[in-house]
Amino acid sequence: MPILERAGGLPEWKRRTTAQDMLVWTGWLAGVALAVACFQFISDRTIWAFVWDAPTQGADLVSRMFPPRWSYAEQLWKPLWDTINIATLGTLLAIVIGVPLAFLAAHNTTPSALLVRPVALFIIVASRSINSLIWALILVIILGPGMLAGILAIALRSIGFIAKLLYEAIEEIDPTQVEALRAAGASNPQVLAWGMVPQVMPAFAGISVFRWDINIREATVLGLVGAGGIGMQLEASINTLAWPQVTMIFLLILGMVAVSEWVSARVRHAII
Amino acid sequence: MSATAFDAAAAARAWRPPPLISNPLLRYAIYLGALAYVVLGVATVEVNWTRAAEGMGRAAGFLGGFFPPDFVSKGDDIFEGLMESLTMTVVSTALGIILSIPVALGASRNLAPLPVYLFCRGIIAVSRTFQEIIIAIVFVAMVGFGPLAGMLTLTFATIGFMAKLLAEDIEDIERAQAEAVRATGAGWFSWIAWSVLPQVKPRLIGLSAYRLDINFRESAVLGLVGAGGIGDTLNTAFDRYEFDTAAAILLIIIAIVLACEYTSGWIRRKVQ
Repeated sequence: MPILERAGGLPEWKRRTTAQDMLVWTGWLAGVALAVACFQFISDRTIWAFVWDAPTQGADLVSRMFPPRWSYAEQLWKPLWDTINIATLGTLLAIVIGVPLAFLAAHNTTPSALLVRPVALFIIVASRSINSLIWALILVIILGPGMLAGILAIALRSIGFIAKLLYEAIEEIDPTQVEALRAAGASNPQVLAWGMVPQVMPAFAGISVFRWDINIREATVLGLVGAGGIGMQLEASINTLAWPQVTMIFLLILGMVAVSEWVSARVRHAII
Repeated sequence: MSATAFDAAAAARAWRPPPLISNPLLRYAIYLGALAYVVLGVATVEVNWTRAAEGMGRAAGFLGGFFPPDFVSKGDDIFEGLMESLTMTVVSTALGIILSIPVALGASRNLAPLPVYLFCRGIIAVSRTFQEIIIAIVFVAMVGFGPLAGMLTLTFATIGFMAKLLAEDIEDIERAQAEAVRATGAGWFSWIAWSVLPQVKPRLIGLSAYRLDINFRESAVLGLVGAGGIGDTLNTAFDRYEFDTAAAILLIIIAIVLACEYTSGWIRRKVQ
C-alpha cells in the first residue's frame, strides 16, 4: 500500500496506487457502459406507451384481482394434490436415477475415469442446463398433456442437480474409513455399503429434501405448458381473465410453498 | 460347540449400525406412510396409454426432426432472441444487485429496527415464493409483451435471492470490526461502507456471478409467457413444428449455460 507525499510534506496513506485506481475505475465504467447499452437494446424493443400506462394497468389489475374468489378453492384441492405429487414423485424418480449416476461420476467410485465418468458428467450437465419448463414442453408433445409429462420433466431436471451435489459429497469423503474396510478384507460392495454410504447419507438426505422444496415451486408452473398441476388452472383463469380466481391460486401457492419450506427446514435440521 | 452354533452366536453379537429413527414404532409408521403415499400418488397419475403409445411414434419423428439442427434458416430470429436474453440477463443482474443491497441491509436483524426488518423480509418472501414465470405473467400484463417484462421479472427475482443470502452473511459478520469502526465516531454510512461491506464483499461477488448464471437460464424460458428472449424464439419454433430450429436453439442454450457455469465457478473460486 503506497504512502504518497503531499504538498505540505505530510504523508498520506492510500489504498491503491494511481494506476490501480485508474484500472478499477475503467472496469466500473466499462460495466456501466455495458449495462446502459444493454438497456438501450431492450428499450428499443419496448412499446413505451404501454409502459407509461403500467401504473394505471397495474391499479386496474389489482382492483380486478380483489377480493379473491374463495369459492373457487373447492375446485383447486385436486390440482394442488396433483402438484405435490408431481414434485414428490418427480423427485423420487430423480433420486433413483441420480444416485447411481453420482457414484459413476465421482472420481473415487467411478469404474472408469476415462470412459464412464465423462458420459455421466455429460448426462448431469445436459439435465441441469435445460429448464423443467422446456423439458415439459417437449414431453407434452410426445406424451400428451397430463401429470406424467410433469413428473418426467421434474425428474429430468432434478437428476443433474442431485447427482452433481451428491458426487461432490462422495469425492469429499474421508478415505481412511474406506482404507480401513479394505484392510479388513471387505469386498467392493461392502466398502460401498459400510464405508461410503454412511458418510454421504446426511448430504444425500439434505440434497433430496432441498430439491423437493425447489420442485414444489417448479411444479406450480408446469401446467402452463399442459403438464398437469395447479398451473393448468392458472393458465385457464388467465386466459378467461378471471383475475379473482388467479388471486385465489396465488394465495394457495403461497401457502403451499410456505408449508413445504417449513417441512424441508425441519427435516434438514433433524438430519444435519 | 458346533460350527453352526458358533456362527449363530457370532451373528447375534455382530454390530449393527443404529437406525436413523430410534423409536421402532415411529420408524415403521413412517416407512408404511411413505409406501402408502407412493402407491396413492402413483395411482392418481392418470396416464392415457393410447395417447402415450401414439406419442412414441411421434417422438421418433420428433427426434428425427431435431437432426440435423438448423442454425441458418431462422438465424436472424435466433440471433435476435439471444441478444434479448443476454441483454435482459446483464441489465437485470446489475439492477437486481444494486437494489438487493439496501434490502439485504434492512433484512439483517443486527442492523435494522424491527419494522424495517419485517418489511424487507416480506419483500424477500414474496420474491422467492413465486416462480419467475408467474411474476413474468403479471409484468407482461402490466407493461406489455417484450424483453422489458422479462428484465423486470428477473430483477425482482434477483432481489429476493441476493438479499436473502446476503442478509444471512451480514448477520454473521465479525462484531469487533464493526464496533472498532463505530468507536472512531463514524456515521451510519461510513460504518456500513467500512465495516460491513468489506466483510461481505467476497460473498457478494460470488453470489452475483452465480445469479448471472441463473438469470440467463431463466431468461431462456420467460419467453414462453411472452416476456422476450430466446424462449420466445423457441416457443415459436415449437408452435410452427420447426424442430430443427428448436434443436439448434436448445444446443445454443446448453452451450451458453455451460460457458456461464464455468465462468461463474471460476469467479467464485477466485474470490472465496
